[in-house]
Amino acid sequence: MTLDPVLLSRVQWAWVIAWHILLPAFTVGLASYIAVLEGLYLFTGRQIWFRISGFWTRIFAVSFGMGVVSGIIMPFQFGTNWSRFSDAAGDVISPLLAYEGLMAFFLEASFLGVLLFGRRLVPAWAHFFAALMVAFGTLLSSFWILATNSWMQTPQGYKVVDGRFEPIDWFAIVFSPSFPYRLSHNVTAFYITTAFIVMGVGAWLLRRGRAIDDARMMIRMALNLLIILVPLQMFLGDQHGLNTREYQPAKLAAIEGRYDTAHPTPLTLFGIPDDAAATMRYAIEVPYLGSLILTHSWDGVIKGLKEWPVDQRPPVGPPFFAFRVMVGIAFIMLFMVALGWILRLRGQLWDSDWYLRLCQWVAPLGFVAVIAGWTTTEVGRQPWTVYGLLRTADSVSPSLTGADVVLSLACYVVVYLIMFPTGIAFMVGLVRRGPQEEEFKPEIIESGLPNRPFENAARAASDS
Amino acid sequence: MVLDLVPIWTALLALAVFYYVVFDGFDLGVGVLYGLVRTEVDRRTVMNSIAPVWDGNETWLVFGGLGLLVAFPLAFAIIIPAVYFPILIMLLALVFRGVAFEFRFKEGALRSFWDRAFCAGAILATFAQGVVLGTFIQGFKVDGRHFTGTSFDWVSPFPLATGLALIFGYCLLGAGWLVLKTEGDLQHWARRVGIVCLMLVLAAILGVSIWTPMSHGEIAQRWFGWPNIVFLSPVPIITALIAIAEWYALRHQYEFMPFLGAIGLFLMSFIGIAISLWPMIVPYHYTLWQATSSPSTQAFMLIGTLFLLPIILMYTAWSYWVFRGKVSETLGYH
Repeated sequence: MTLDPVLLSRVQWAWVIAWHILLPAFTVGLASYIAVLEGLYLFTGRQIWFRISGFWTRIFAVSFGMGVVSGIIMPFQFGTNWSRFSDAAGDVISPLLAYEGLMAFFLEASFLGVLLFGRRLVPAWAHFFAALMVAFGTLLSSFWILATNSWMQTPQGYKVVDGRFEPIDWFAIVFSPSFPYRLSHNVTAFYITTAFIVMGVGAWLLRRGRAIDDARMMIRMALNLLIILVPLQMFLGDQHGLNTREYQPAKLAAIEGRYDTAHPTPLTLFGIPDDAAATMRYAIEVPYLGSLILTHSWDGVIKGLKEWPVDQRPPVGPPFFAFRVMVGIAFIMLFMVALGWILRLRGQLWDSDWYLRLCQWVAPLGFVAVIAGWTTTEVGRQPWTVYGLLRTADSVSPSLTGADVVLSLACYVVVYLIMFPTGIAFMVGLVRRGPQEEEFKPEIIESGLPNRPFENAARAASDS
Repeated sequence: MVLDLVPIWTALLALAVFYYVVFDGFDLGVGVLYGLVRTEVDRRTVMNSIAPVWDGNETWLVFGGLGLLVAFPLAFAIIIPAVYFPILIMLLALVFRGVAFEFRFKEGALRSFWDRAFCAGAILATFAQGVVLGTFIQGFKVDGRHFTGTSFDWVSPFPLATGLALIFGYCLLGAGWLVLKTEGDLQHWARRVGIVCLMLVLAAILGVSIWTPMSHGEIAQRWFGWPNIVFLSPVPIITALIAIAEWYALRHQYEFMPFLGAIGLFLMSFIGIAISLWPMIVPYHYTLWQATSSPSTQAFMLIGTLFLLPIILMYTAWSYWVFRGKVSETLGYH
């Protein structure tokens, strides 16, 4: 068996970004949640918002730190493993990535410190403002990174000179056709992911009878948000699908598991794709439904993969299955939200231990959905890095051998398998500690004396 | 007529790299020296001296990397694959160092593990950066727009030597920083370590200054040809003067001078390398102007950079100001 540097580089990229994406998936939503809590505290002065905010801010600090550390790895991947892509597309994508770095760092450096350590050093409104700016910063990061990705999916605003992409129109580059759909779909996904975590943690606290008011508030807030966002996300996903049909029809065919063009098109619920024979085995299909969902008409045409030469088709398996995982999770989420609201309206929510237990189980599903959605869109883009223009096989660094990448991949695997479980264990520890009555200067965390509020209060007072 | 932005981007990139080398250099150096500190009280003091600033310093690595991609994508595409493994080692070492730093404050039982991870991460990251520098000076095998050597071309005497040399260099910066930030026995210890580092650094500077012109005729010509030898003679002379001042400052009761002197030595080395390689960005193959990105790319990025960079620099200066003065083991930053 020969080691293929292209395939291995893709696996390495998938490994480092799959871990990394979990952190923004959490911190983008959490930053906004903290900003909301800080705002509520500022305007109502009620201690409950203060406690919940402090609780989540501690967890935010850890996940944000891990996000930064694992994020430093990412830009260098473009150089180490994808140097021909960097050379060809650098003129277009590099400013988008650099703006992300610059703006994220600007807001992080300026306001994260205030948010984490400045509770007693700045006025309450300034603390709220810092929380808003951190939330805004995470959204800006999403904006630039997804603008980059969207340009790779649906490129425009460039010209090709000697095999390299040169920018013509920056507005067109940043706002490429798939960008508005991708951005809204992703940010909504991040918010939903965070809301399910908040709900799960609230349920966990509640079932142990700890911080009951805080835990109930977390669940109520999560349900309030989710009743809007989960249906909205299904609508956005549908719109994103229509956009994909227009600009990346081969990807859509892979998602649908469709090798032959058909109209009216059935919807393939399940099957085992066979790329070599270009056929879907054991397919379970619903007539007309494909046309209805994807074209919003009874007999719309969906192009099958056989319309493209073999070397321009994405593999069907990963997008096909990942998409079904994502949609499946969406329905589980919808079910959970509906159930939660029914119980709540009947006044039975806090007594339904089985539902709270369910909330704990489904809490991580958002992360699975994010990874599945990302797999769908990225593998569905193959065999291209810049859709239809630059092949993945022509993007990899020419000097790399398969053995080189095996070695580096092994290193990334080992380090990530130490780092991420440790970080997650640490966050779990913070959850177990639960919301605290008093939030003071961070030395409390270090010195490990959280149970001496009066001593700390005195110290804090004498410090200021 | 389009304005030539290459000089501006060259200056910005040089600034980012130099800033990174000095600032993350001193905290990496402190990390290396950390392994030599004996008592727990001193260890905590040493750690606290860099606690508020190290992660901000590290971010400049991203600025440097992305700046190279923005302004000189061809150089990025050739240089980075050539140092595939040094970059890998550096990144993972930095990850480990960062995580160790956070967990060290919080974990009880595993503290000594994270202590070692912090020190080892700093050593490895520094060594890897020195190897990158050495490989850069040594030059790359290039065909057209691609690096055509192997991923192990850096395994040769010169890059490995510069890797080692940079450890001494960062330790000198770190010792200077500790002299500035600590008092009493710990400061005295930092001064003694600083003197040892200074000797090793001077040996390294001398070594590179002989080795480089001997292996590259053009560089020898640039430095020793007439009349350049007259114009460029201030570089070694000033370096020697700074070295003497640094030695004097470490031996006597100067607080700020040792750190400043260490920065001075780095600046002179930086200038020396720039003179040797100018105007190459991919040494001996592509000049800055040949490897440049499109004017539109450089202009688009310049707008945001000129707006945000001064604010970032002001904020950074302010945060150093806030944490000025001597640290103690009980500074409750975390």
